[in-house]
Amino acid sequence: MQTTITVNGQARALDIDPRTTLLDALREHLRLTGSKKGCDHGQCGACTVLVNGVRINSCLSLAVMHDGDQVTTIEGVGTPEALHPVQTAFLTQDAYQCGYCTPGQICSTLGLLRELEAGVPSQETPAGARPVLSDAEIRERMSGNICRCSAYPQIVAAIRDAAGSMA
Amino acid sequence: MRPFTYERATDAQSAVRAAVETPGARFIAGGTNLLDLMKLEIEQPQHLIDVGRLPMAGIESLADGGLRIGGAATNTAVASDPAVRARFPVLSEAIVAGGSPQLRNKASVAGNLMQRTRCAYFYDTAKPCNKRAPGSGCGALEGLNRNAAIFGASHACVATHPSDMAVALAALDARIETLTPSGESRSFTILDLHRLPGETPQIETHLIAGELITAVVLPPPPPGGQVYRKVRDRASYAGGLASVAVAGGQVALGMVAHKPWRAAEAEGALASGASPAEAIARELDGASTLGRNDFKVPLVARLVAAAIGEANGRGA
Ligand SMILES: Cc1cc2nc3c(=O)[nH]c(=O)nc-3n(C[C@H](O)[C@H](O)[C@H](O)COP(=O)(O)OP(=O)(O)OC[C@H]3O[C@@H](n4cnc5c(N)ncnc54)[C@H](O)[C@@H]3O)c2cc1C
Ligand code: SF4
Ligand code: FES
Ligand code: FES
Repeated sequence: MQTTITVNGQARALDIDPRTTLLDALREHLRLTGSKKGCDHGQCGACTVLVNGVRINSCLSLAVMHDGDQVTTIEGVGTPEALHPVQTAFLTQDAYQCGYCTPGQICSTLGLLRELEAGVPSQETPAGARPVLSDAEIRERMSGNICRCSAYPQIVAAIRDAAGSMA
Repeated sequence: MRPFTYERATDAQSAVRAAVETPGARFIAGGTNLLDLMKLEIEQPQHLIDVGRLPMAGIESLADGGLRIGGAATNTAVASDPAVRARFPVLSEAIVAGGSPQLRNKASVAGNLMQRTRCAYFYDTAKPCNKRAPGSGCGALEGLNRNAAIFGASHACVATHPSDMAVALAALDARIETLTPSGESRSFTILDLHRLPGETPQIETHLIAGELITAVVLPPPPPGGQVYRKVRDRASYAGGLASVAVAGGQVALGMVAHKPWRAAEAEGALASGASPAEAIARELDGASTLGRNDFKVPLVARLVAAAIGEANGRGA
């Protein structure tokens, strides 16, 4: 089946089996292997990408459902020469060990910052209030990204740093 | 995954037409439940009709103080909507108690209502399960039934409905609007959407084959405070063991039955002046347990009494 998805700013025409998930299309067809497959069932967040600026689990979506969408993967976030502030913060805070969950953590962080700006509540947000970037909010909003190396304290610190340097 | 064909619906009428005309057709919205189950071959649709981009994602205030929420609205959009947060906070709280932000960004209102049970035997295709393979038996009945129902179960199935959002909608007396395959609209209370398992746990709702959920309509909120509380094994990103939605004098329970459970006995008792603890005790007189889920009775007793107290505090 034909589908065209704009990935990291470039329109990519694909001819794929409808069963192909967005994650497999990115990794196997477009050779963008930054997004990772941890569980393939929406349980770990390693596959997190931004679709039209919004974070989703790319393993629980079909590529053909994204015809016409703008997808951003970790490959589109920054370059080794020009890191995104969130990437710099993850480096500075040592917010990973093996690094397998990191592309998902970084894409998820970008989604989180946008959601916070848009006022999206979480279960840490007091009734009726605008959410603020507290550690409790960061932890809650990042609970969809599991880190098997348990770099959680550093991830929270990195997100706090990144938000500060981007403000 | 079994092979299937895919189409993106352009309008609701053609979606329901395609659903009845194409063998093995199913709607897909966010895909976060259906694709999960298709990968395990628990669901095997031959054709997918993508309803995720139908123009039914809006949220509009109604003249009577109610709200109409489109069936394709994302869980995040509903939880963030200013009118929802201001007038129906229990709904926002219930939604953000479920899944992760990534899942809520993708999940739709209709898909959330139609999500299937998280019973471990339903997910394990090597085990008997009357819901997945009718007539094969119920693995949970004498097995690992810690999260089994305490209300309305049958010997054929003791599974629970896992939705958080639906519990709040049940407490709020929401109505479901649909488009039937013959092209007519109908609407009914959310309490008539899901069925109890009886002898046919594989039939989970009263929808007709090919019927599309187009919207959820909330009547004006009842007077009084609103609260959603959920108990689970982790503080976040975990399915519930029990939950409660309180909206004024209206109380619904989650993860205790095959459907969101409106606690009518407790509501009656509250209305006639019983304390929250007495009221929920009245409801729990009708509970039955299987051993590993015995703990749900005292858990629900404390959870509901605390939640009603909290709601009363907020309403004051
Ligand atoms: C790891 C994980 C954790 C989760 N935790 C929670 C949790 O804690 N609480 C919770 O409540 N949920 C939880 N969920 C479930 C999640 O909320 C559901 O997967 C989601 O709401 C389904 O919505 P969807 O749009 O993706 O549905 P889909 O997967 O697209 O569809 C689900 C079903 O709905 C049907 N459907 C879709 N749209 C319509 C329509 N308009 N009319 C009629 N039928 C329709 C489909 O045919 C399908 O049968 C979790 C899911 C995962 C993967
Ligand atoms: S409780 Fe229901 S879903 Fe679970 S094994 Fe028994 S029949 Fe299947
Ligand atoms: S690979 Fe998608 S959530 Fe784990
Ligand atoms: S750094 Fe190893 S899984 Fe997170």
